[in-house]
Amino acid sequence: MDLHLTKDTPSAAERLAVDSVLGESGLGRSDGVTSAALVGHEAAAGHAARANRHLLLPVLHAIQERMGWISHGALNYACQRLTIPPTEAYGVATFYALFSVQPKPPIVAHVCDDIACMANGAEQLCSEMTQRLGKAGTKSGAGSVTWHRSPCLGMCERAPAAMITAAGKRPSTTVVAPANGAAIERILEDEKHEEPPLVESQTMGSVPQAGSAELRLLRRMSRIDPDSIASYRAAGGYQALTRALELGPEQIVREVAASKLMGRGGAAFPAGIKWRSVASAAARPHYMVCNADESEPGTFKDRVVLEEDPFAVVEAMTIAGIATGCEKGFIYLRGEYPLALARMTNALAQARAAGLLGGSILGNTMSFDIEIRRGAGAYICGEETALFNSIEGFRGEPRNKPPFPTEVGLFGKPTLVNNVETLINVLDIVLEGSEAYAAIGTEQSTGTKLFCLSGHVARPGVYEVPFGTSLLALIELAGGVAGSGNMQAVLLGGAAGTFLTPQELDTPLTFESTRAIGATLGSGVVMVFDDTVNMQRVLLRVAAFFRDESCGQCVPCRVGTVRQEELLNRLFAEKTIGSTEDELHLLNDIGQAMRDASICGLGQTASSAIESAARVGLFNGRKH
Amino acid sequence: MGSESELSELQPTWQFLNPIPQGPLPTIPEPAAAPEVELIIDGRETSVPTGSTLLQATKSLGIETPTLCYLENLTPVNACRVCVVELEGSRTLVPACSRKVEAGMQVQTDSPRVRLSRRMVLEFLASSVDVSTAPELQQYMGQYAAEPERYGPSGPPALGNERDAAVPGHHVAPDGATAGTVEQPVKIDNELYIRDYSKCILCYKCVEACGEDAQNTFAIAVAGRGFDARIATEYTVPLPDSACVYCGNCIGVCPTGALMFRSEYEMREAGTWDESAQSETDTICSYCGVGCNLQLHIQDNEIVKVMSPIESGVTQGHLCIKGRFGWQFMQQPKKK
Ligand SMILES: Cc1cc2nc3c(=O)[nH]c(=O)nc-3n(C[C@H](O)[C@H](O)[C@H](O)COP(=O)(O)O)c2cc1C
Ligand code: SF4
Ligand code: SF4
Ligand code: SF4
Ligand code: FES
Ligand code: FES
Repeated sequence: MDLHLTKDTPSAAERLAVDSVLGESGLGRSDGVTSAALVGHEAAAGHAARANRHLLLPVLHAIQERMGWISHGALNYACQRLTIPPTEAYGVATFYALFSVQPKPPIVAHVCDDIACMANGAEQLCSEMTQRLGKAGTKSGAGSVTWHRSPCLGMCERAPAAMITAAGKRPSTTVVAPANGAAIERILEDEKHEEPPLVESQTMGSVPQAGSAELRLLRRMSRIDPDSIASYRAAGGYQALTRALELGPEQIVREVAASKLMGRGGAAFPAGIKWRSVASAAARPHYMVCNADESEPGTFKDRVVLEEDPFAVVEAMTIAGIATGCEKGFIYLRGEYPLALARMTNALAQARAAGLLGGSILGNTMSFDIEIRRGAGAYICGEETALFNSIEGFRGEPRNKPPFPTEVGLFGKPTLVNNVETLINVLDIVLEGSEAYAAIGTEQSTGTKLFCLSGHVARPGVYEVPFGTSLLALIELAGGVAGSGNMQAVLLGGAAGTFLTPQELDTPLTFESTRAIGATLGSGVVMVFDDTVNMQRVLLRVAAFFRDESCGQCVPCRVGTVRQEELLNRLFAEKTIGSTEDELHLLNDIGQAMRDASICGLGQTASSAIESAARVGLFNGRKH
Repeated sequence: MGSESELSELQPTWQFLNPIPQGPLPTIPEPAAAPEVELIIDGRETSVPTGSTLLQATKSLGIETPTLCYLENLTPVNACRVCVVELEGSRTLVPACSRKVEAGMQVQTDSPRVRLSRRMVLEFLASSVDVSTAPELQQYMGQYAAEPERYGPSGPPALGNERDAAVPGHHVAPDGATAGTVEQPVKIDNELYIRDYSKCILCYKCVEACGEDAQNTFAIAVAGRGFDARIATEYTVPLPDSACVYCGNCIGVCPTGALMFRSEYEMREAGTWDESAQSETDTICSYCGVGCNLQLHIQDNEIVKVMSPIESGVTQGHLCIKGRFGWQFMQQPKKK
């Protein structure tokens, strides 16, 4: 392959941004002098350069953060350094919502208008933003500022939420939640004057149960300094790793299998089966991935764990790596989680310094290290095979399965992918043994589960309860229904989940009993809507979300999500084609084709919440 | 890396250092027969070699399976989903074109679920894409009783490069009256072929032919996301500024006429394109020594397009600029 580049050249700043990831290059320079004439006519050649394709995403982040957008010249330089055809790199850059390939103001306010925020005044916030800064997408502040709407930012317990990204020499990402127009504008002003914005501590109150003796996964919340490994160890941290090294890989896998731990990322797949397959896979090397992309609307449990107990994630990943024969792990972290990024980066450095990560862990022969990869605004990259493509520097399009990741995963090698919450369960399994662990919860759903309560509950936040707790009990734990006090519906499992009615609140929260009523625990979302919420708008937002987040690869989802959104608009605007029954019939057909024929879980579940809403009579808008 | 034909034009600079070995030619050993896999398709037992796809298995029984994104000479992307079949024990339908056979599989190729999904895929495409020059797709639509009209009248076309400038994660809310389409202006930026992405079903074939599966040029790729996903050059530069070498292999694999010889496009615009008046002549490209098979489409004594048969052992359907477009220099240049 010849690398063909246009004449567009990078600015000095763009070059530096790329070099900050890839190191300085000799490209386009002779005798240390940059020559514009050379740029575009030579490329880093050979296998070594091509093998660095996985650095494309970090390089694009670096350009975006420095310049506020990715110019043609900057992309050319990145392609030259990495030996990637520019058309492919362009395909990657245009896949992610946090990247722009058109000039864009450096300071951007991303204002969440997704469903949990909707129930907490997101529309008012958006109209306030319009008053202050003009219509979404317009420039203000002498061209340095813009704002637009955003899907769920994973801050739903403090809705409405906003995130401000500022590009430049000192790039920053700041989250404000709860947000109001004045608070957002204050941060925008700080950024304009290149002053670090002042925001008070973000996680206070995200775990209303903090300190309770009943907590297991959340037991360290608010009790340790998340920036200190000493504090983590003083609270019992790293005992599980010591124990794991005594047990050895085979025994760890046996314990995880015997614990009947099920994946918490949404698909509820038995962790033990996955661990065993990877551990016994012949091909080498093996990789381990912690899925921390958390972008399901209404989900924020992983964020809170990553922010408040980062060492637990590092320790659990290390155990998983050792058990399944991996020497390298990745955390794929949602791009919109700045605090989690800072805490995890620090945690990795401290663990390495303490000899708990890297070569010869705890003086043992085992070695394991972890790298963080940041997403860039694409819900689909939480799907495990899309995640691999994203890390590898390709478009985040899911792969067809089989083959499964345990055989052909990241870089084509056997790969263990687990959700953050799944992983931290392993600490207790290793420490207490599978039997003690499995004694909690129910026969088929063992252990405890984290739930994300948001919307109209008195004390939104992350809650931990044993499996089998009823939905009603959980909502009561969160202080009961807030807002008007009259519940209209609960969304269980997220945008890919199902709506339940107030009559279904006695459902025990287990994998098996939710399945029995055609629902799913999904990612643990419990979003409560009072009877003042216009459910039609909620449903339109869900439909818009899937249309926006479809990767576009397969027809049923690419077009089906568009047709579904159009149909709801017709139906709710009472402009039906034919009768309402005809439209509902068509909605069913669209849903079934997406469920049956889509490549991945996004398309397969894109109609789930909407169809369930139709079933429980939420299509009629406001009910009084 | 240039195309094979370009390379063969180079003067050889090497010599044989050792004498050419004499004697009987070594023969290629017969490949060991692949073990057979037994499965049941539409109630009929069949056995096919290990490693076959369900598509091959259905074909061996004479069952026709519609395909749009599949082509023998390209890596399956299994993106269109029109080939889905029902597999016992699988939660979802599976794509026949890429799913490998396994012993004991029970497959239905014409169940109500299969028919519904195929019909919906065809309706989704025909309601959002101009399929007027996609004969196969139209034939499938008849077969599956697709009614693309039931999604409402088509929405307004995108103006200028609006579709190319779409921002991932954002879209204008539907108006509740029309069905969105990918309609947009035709891209005419070179003398040899046009790109009419209003007709693009995003089957990825052109991308594969331009990239790893044939040409290794990587002039075009998929950009954007979701319904705004599109085939594009980097920053949508015109083809002459891109890496394109005008091999036309993308045209050869495009199932919808989105990529079209400029000659065909102009004749269609002028209303003079007439397939019934065309003849096909098979010949061998005379430009270089590779010997690519050409299939000349001739109307009124003029070559109007050049293809290469996919079955050709030499080309597998792929050509270079000389075979594909060289004829333009042989006949009278058209008046502008
Ligand atoms: C569209 C889509 C988005 C997903 N997002 C996430 C995510 O953000 N985090 C996650 O852990 N799993 C996510 N998953 C599920 C993963 O594909 C995978 O099943 C999971 O990470 C496996 O881990 P577990 O077995 O520990 O649950 C997603 C799946 C789909 C289809
Ligand atoms: S189902 Fe949707 S998100 Fe998944 S591969 Fe298909 S288009 Fe992409
Ligand atoms: S003509 Fe050849 S090089 Fe140009 S885009 Fe098509 S396949 Fe690629
Ligand atoms: S241009 Fe043709 S070959 Fe390329 S994706 Fe579109 S329909 Fe397929
Ligand atoms: S942060 Fe707004 S809905 Fe989750
Ligand atoms: S032909 Fe099988 S998915 Fe397109």
